[in-house]
Amino acid sequence: MAHSFFSGSRRDLLLTAFIACGSWTAFAQGSASLKGAPLAFTTECTSCHIAYAPGLASEANWRGIMGGLEKHFGVDASIDEKSRQAISVWLLAHAAKGSRYAGASPDFRISKSTWFIRQHDEIASKVWKRASVKSAANCGACHSGADKGDFDEDGVRIPS
Amino acid sequence: MRFDRMAIWRLGLKLALVLGSPWALADTPSSLLNHYKAQAQSEGQDGGDAARGQTFFNSTHGNEWKCASCHGAVPTVKGEHALTHKVIEPMAPASNPQRFSDMAKTEKWFRRNCKDVLGRECSAAEKADVLVWLLTLK
Repeated sequence: MAHSFFSGSRRDLLLTAFIACGSWTAFAQGSASLKGAPLAFTTECTSCHIAYAPGLASEANWRGIMGGLEKHFGVDASIDEKSRQAISVWLLAHAAKGSRYAGASPDFRISKSTWFIRQHDEIASKVWKRASVKSAANCGACHSGADKGDFDEDGVRIPS
Repeated sequence: MRFDRMAIWRLGLKLALVLGSPWALADTPSSLLNHYKAQAQSEGQDGGDAARGQTFFNSTHGNEWKCASCHGAVPTVKGEHALTHKVIEPMAPASNPQRFSDMAKTEKWFRRNCKDVLGRECSAAEKADVLVWLLTLK
């Protein structure tokens, strides 16, 4: 059998896919955690949006976001310096590490970072525009555990 | 032993300050309203007109949003953030007793949200107008 299913490039492809799935699972279960969040994070950040876990963005993105709270995606989200420091220290300590998360994305947006786009490439653009989804910032529309930092694929349900 | 009586006095004073401060500093919608009215007066303005507050809340002021864009036209019910769609609890103190119970928090949100809606901070008179209107909502 010269063309066995598990031979040659096909095997490499499967292996790559397997490793990719493994690292994504590790991300989903570990680094999106909200464990140890300072009180300021909960009171300040989640008054306008869900708690975006530190592991969802790189250090460069968090630095950019926390350095520009006066113009935070078009909204004044400025906070007192003590809270800003406490939140920044925690976000940077638990930011996404590794080459696939490295660097800053346009506007420091999580939804414009390479890993996010790759993870969601099977979602058609019309799905994002559904009234039930509203925007890419609305993680909870599909990820039922998003507000607890749980992005496990088993919990994904895309609303109609 | 001469200092004992003074030490006890000082300790008592500290205790009274520490234990008493949460009550002494607790704000209420009406104490905040009085504060803003007095501040407006000191700035030569007249604040605390409910009708004016309602119009202010439901109008745009040069920018895209009005207060009502996120809080709803009559904020006795929940609103929704215009960008993130996160639920915003009612603003009217009658519907949500946590509102206007902390001066620092109230000031923080007035400062930020007024900048979004008006491109500047609100005056004490404008704050008094909005607050007195919110207090009429049951």
